[in-house]
Amino acid sequence: MNTIIQWCDSVLSNEIWFYLLTTVIKLVLIFAVILAFVVLSVWIERRVAGWIQDRPGPNRAGIPLFLLKRFGSKEKQPLKNVLHFFGIPENSWIANLCKWLRLEGEIPTFGLMQPCLDGGKLFLKQELTPSYVRKVYFTIAPMLVLGPPMVAAAVIPFASTVSTCYGEISMCVANLGIGPLWIFAISGLSVYGLSLAGWSSNSKYPFLGGLRASAQLISYEVAMGLSVIPLLMMFGTLNLQDIVQYQADNGWTLLPFWGEGLTLQRWALYAPIAISFIIFVTCVFAEANRTPFDMAECETDLVGGYHTEYSSMKFASFFMGEYAAMVVGSALVVTLFFGGWSIGFGADAALAAWCDWVAVLCQFLMFLIKLVAFIFFFVWVRWTLPRFRWDQVMKLGWLVFLEVAIANIFLAAAIMYFIK
Amino acid sequence: MSYVPIKRPKFSLLDKIYVVELVKGLIITFKHLALSLMGKSRSKKDFNGKGVGACMPFPEQRWDSRLPEYYRGAPTLVRGEDGRERCVSCQLCEFICPARAIKVTPGAVAEGSGLEKQEKAPAEFEIDMLRCIYCGMCQEVCPEQAIFLSKEYLITLTDRKQAIRNKATLYKLGGTRKGLVNKWNQYK
Repeated sequence: MNTIIQWCDSVLSNEIWFYLLTTVIKLVLIFAVILAFVVLSVWIERRVAGWIQDRPGPNRAGIPLFLLKRFGSKEKQPLKNVLHFFGIPENSWIANLCKWLRLEGEIPTFGLMQPCLDGGKLFLKQELTPSYVRKVYFTIAPMLVLGPPMVAAAVIPFASTVSTCYGEISMCVANLGIGPLWIFAISGLSVYGLSLAGWSSNSKYPFLGGLRASAQLISYEVAMGLSVIPLLMMFGTLNLQDIVQYQADNGWTLLPFWGEGLTLQRWALYAPIAISFIIFVTCVFAEANRTPFDMAECETDLVGGYHTEYSSMKFASFFMGEYAAMVVGSALVVTLFFGGWSIGFGADAALAAWCDWVAVLCQFLMFLIKLVAFIFFFVWVRWTLPRFRWDQVMKLGWLVFLEVAIANIFLAAAIMYFIK
Repeated sequence: MSYVPIKRPKFSLLDKIYVVELVKGLIITFKHLALSLMGKSRSKKDFNGKGVGACMPFPEQRWDSRLPEYYRGAPTLVRGEDGRERCVSCQLCEFICPARAIKVTPGAVAEGSGLEKQEKAPAEFEIDMLRCIYCGMCQEVCPEQAIFLSKEYLITLTDRKQAIRNKATLYKLGGTRKGLVNKWNQYK
């Protein structure tokens, strides 16, 4: 036993091994978080869509038949049976909470199993590759869509730094000095996936979808990159961990209520930051191919867009790639504008002074809460706005956002120069 | 001018900036979300809804009692008040059926049954419910008032063969119908 502890100790004392091990753990964690959030956002999407349209949404999936038999059928008040099964008294607060959530007559799973079952269904579907496609590119394309968001997530910090006896761990897979640039560069790669899918399908609607995707993604990349420059001027750094630390100390970008956030300059900067926020969020929508900007898979004029010819798990990887891009996009918005993992109001420093690990855990939870909130926003916008027309999308990107973003940079610079 | 150009509405600058309108839209959808989560969706009572949203949870709750008089469900064969099987196997429904769902095998009327006047009766009468499109043409064309569309809409099968309904089943589903013209009355 002692030898094992000693061996672990010696391994962890080695700087390279320590770095490698912690990185692998963080990597697995962030990967799991993203995949879990892909599943969760599918559920959020369908449920919120239902609620907005006065429907319950998917609420049936998730009770295997053997459980149904065990708890009694639906007419026989399954909630009562479920509570009884877990030994919860009927007048306890849990039971009251369930009643308040209107679970009495319904099966209390909230339809959370639906995305898992959908995934299972997609695995079992027939994999059909048309004979006229270019096989190599046809196979590579879904990977190229799913891969980039996963890689881009590496620089997103999900908690602050923790110091252990072997060294410090920064809760961010790769603590790069070029955070946002890395994300822009990598998420730009997903253009290849979409346009390759469109081109290799060797069929006209996917081809048009691929063309649209590449044009749209490239145009909005420009405005997106320019829109964050006022922020970077304010932070004075490109390291996302430092950016979040700055926000934890001096107020979130959009809620500057403590630290240096209360100065006149910071409030004067609020105008360019608000403009950046609107442009950036819109561009994230366009980058993630979400409605109002999902021109690449616009069913009304392009059948299914670039993934018309795909089926089974290849189609599912496009789907997952879109949602992963959405998750990473919202993570980036949260990091840049809503203080990332920061709990706010100086609570980070106080918690960190008390116990590092508790602080990190709370920050991680805070990050996830913000992420869910922003994913909800994505879904909410999707079920509110109709799709733009193609020429409107291009006009908005090149004639409005680009100009406004450039003017915004000068506005921010003037405010920073004249108001001290 | 042969065409009238559509008058587009004039937008103010505030409308053109779009952000305010977007927020208005978001508020409207959020209202719907909140109301349906609280179980207070508009027109919930009209739909006899239960729980979240305005929807009626289907298999548990049904619309059956509110189906209109003219609802077109599965076709059935009916008997008259005197208990006579009304079909005389003229095969008009078979010919009119646009989906070719009906197959009638004509047969003779049993001697001494008192129905010799009608000459024919179906030996077998089959409707393939997988083909039927519920158009109601069979009911319209029938000179004998023998085939009627019922209000049955839930036809669930585990096998294609189950979809074919034979004469016995159709008469059982149709039952007796009152107030029909008694054309083959032997005293006439």
